[in-house]
Amino acid sequence: MKIVCQRPPVLFDASTHYCPGCGHGIAHRLVAEAIGDLGLRGKTIGIAPVGCAVLAYFYFDIDMVEVAHGRAPAVATAMKRLHPDKIIFSYQGDGDLASIGAAEILHAAQRGEPFTVIFVNNAVFGMTGGQMAPTTMDAQVTATTPLGRKHKEHGHPLRVAELLATLPGTGYVERCSLHSVAQVRRAARAVRHAFERQAQGADGLSLVELLSPCPTYWRMSPVDAMKWIETDMTKMYPLGRLKG
Amino acid sequence: MSDRTLMCGNEAIAEAAIRHGLDAYFGYPITPQNEIAAHMSRRMPEEGRVFLQSESELAAINMVFGAAATGDLAMTTSSSPGVSLMQEGLSYLAGADLPAVIVNVMRGGPGLGNIAPAQGDYFQAVRGGGHGDYRTPTLAPASVQEMADAVPIAFDIAWRYRTPVMIIADGILGQMMEPLVLPEMSGRRRERPLWALTGAEGRQRRIVRSLYLGDGELERVVRERFARYAEIERTEVRAETRGIPDAEVVCVAYGICARIVRAACARARTEGIRAGWIRPITLWPFPADAIRGASGKGRVFLAVEMSMGQMVDDVRLSLLGRAPVRLLGRPGGGIPTEDEVLREIRAASDAARAGKAGEP
Repeated sequence: MKIVCQRPPVLFDASTHYCPGCGHGIAHRLVAEAIGDLGLRGKTIGIAPVGCAVLAYFYFDIDMVEVAHGRAPAVATAMKRLHPDKIIFSYQGDGDLASIGAAEILHAAQRGEPFTVIFVNNAVFGMTGGQMAPTTMDAQVTATTPLGRKHKEHGHPLRVAELLATLPGTGYVERCSLHSVAQVRRAARAVRHAFERQAQGADGLSLVELLSPCPTYWRMSPVDAMKWIETDMTKMYPLGRLKG
Repeated sequence: MSDRTLMCGNEAIAEAAIRHGLDAYFGYPITPQNEIAAHMSRRMPEEGRVFLQSESELAAINMVFGAAATGDLAMTTSSSPGVSLMQEGLSYLAGADLPAVIVNVMRGGPGLGNIAPAQGDYFQAVRGGGHGDYRTPTLAPASVQEMADAVPIAFDIAWRYRTPVMIIADGILGQMMEPLVLPEMSGRRRERPLWALTGAEGRQRRIVRSLYLGDGELERVVRERFARYAEIERTEVRAETRGIPDAEVVCVAYGICARIVRAACARARTEGIRAGWIRPITLWPFPADAIRGASGKGRVFLAVEMSMGQMVDDVRLSLLGRAPVRLLGRPGGGIPTEDEVLREIRAASDAARAGKAGEP
């Protein structure tokens, strides 16, 4: 019998704790495929964020460290400086990277630290119960914007990829989405490229932003969540390669 | 041949760390310890090692965390306000059982305070300024030589027990120059420990973490860590004492205060006052046995510190009411003078002789 689809060997055979319809499972798979396909498993160190993906180390069969909220780019900086031959990546949500860790990602990028960042943007704080994130959409209802996000009260959605792409220290910045098969395939190529260029010793930070569904805190069905990314989120967060 | 040289305390710490085999230094500028980063920025690249000026103390301590997680010798240094920012990282280092050395060259506080020498961060260091149930072994050098000597001791404790270790000094110790003998340059490469993250080539993957969600899991982890702390309390206490056997007044002071107390006690002796002193070199574990052992009948204790009475609590806890304890504390960058300490020793002696030593 011919195997047409199987679990990437870099992922453990484990049930995840993620909600039905969550995008983290897809994102994990893309990361695991990239590491496995490029033969990097033995020299990769992953950094788990604080947020829904904090337990990512239970799913990846690689060395991993769990760090303080938002500080992954500082941790990654030290690891990559000390061990330039290793593949270092941080896996961070939008609360972790764009809110509490905004300074750390900005400065890692401006220094041009050549590690890889997988930035999962689901426009909400998932783990703590669906509060507003810097990336929360205009008018989006969250646990802390019950009447919807308003510019005057809550500020504007933060476009991290565009911001970081302006810095000379970033080598590769691309925004992808997980809302359709075609987009997932594109995301897979981007994630792979973000690891590949680190493995090749290319200059600068590599960052892939993944628009990812959170049906639970968007209060939508998984199918509607996928549609909402396409109809709404991609307007605020246009897909495509911003740099590199 | 070891070389005798003249350096300020900050440079002594930096060079001693390099000679001990430091792999990486991360720091953010703050007075009065900027000489450390300046020294590191020149010397670390010379030795082919990592120096990085971080964007904040938060980043610096997390860079230390990253370096420790890969099994490298890492250090950061700062002064009081910066060390406050590092407390999150200290808690995570403790929670992840990662070894590292953190130096606090203390200045006046709270808040921005001033840049004068102070000891107001005693509680923050020895009680644990970060969240959660943990301890931080803390060394308190009292000379430029001891600034250098503290570094290998701190790294040894950090690596033996897998814990962050603090060295706390003050602006005087950081800035003043004294002759010292530096350690030899060590042959550096160690075996990486079995918990270090190196990439899982040819072995099972490893995890470094501080989150334990399972029922009873965190309690077990913390209890295991406290068993190591108990071992530290048994084996790592360091103190220097003088003039205790016949003392009527027992002074307790650490760091630069101990130098002032030593001089004041010598003068008190010339006046016929039997003054002795105990100098804690480790603040945690605190030399409680040495202090309790000095609590003979009729003796009065005098704690001298550059804070409003922080270490004095540990003196009282060591004595458990066995002897009265007086305090000379100067906050906000005030430095007790020899005369000031001598006056307090006289007053303590008077109280001891009158049998009215005051509240224990």
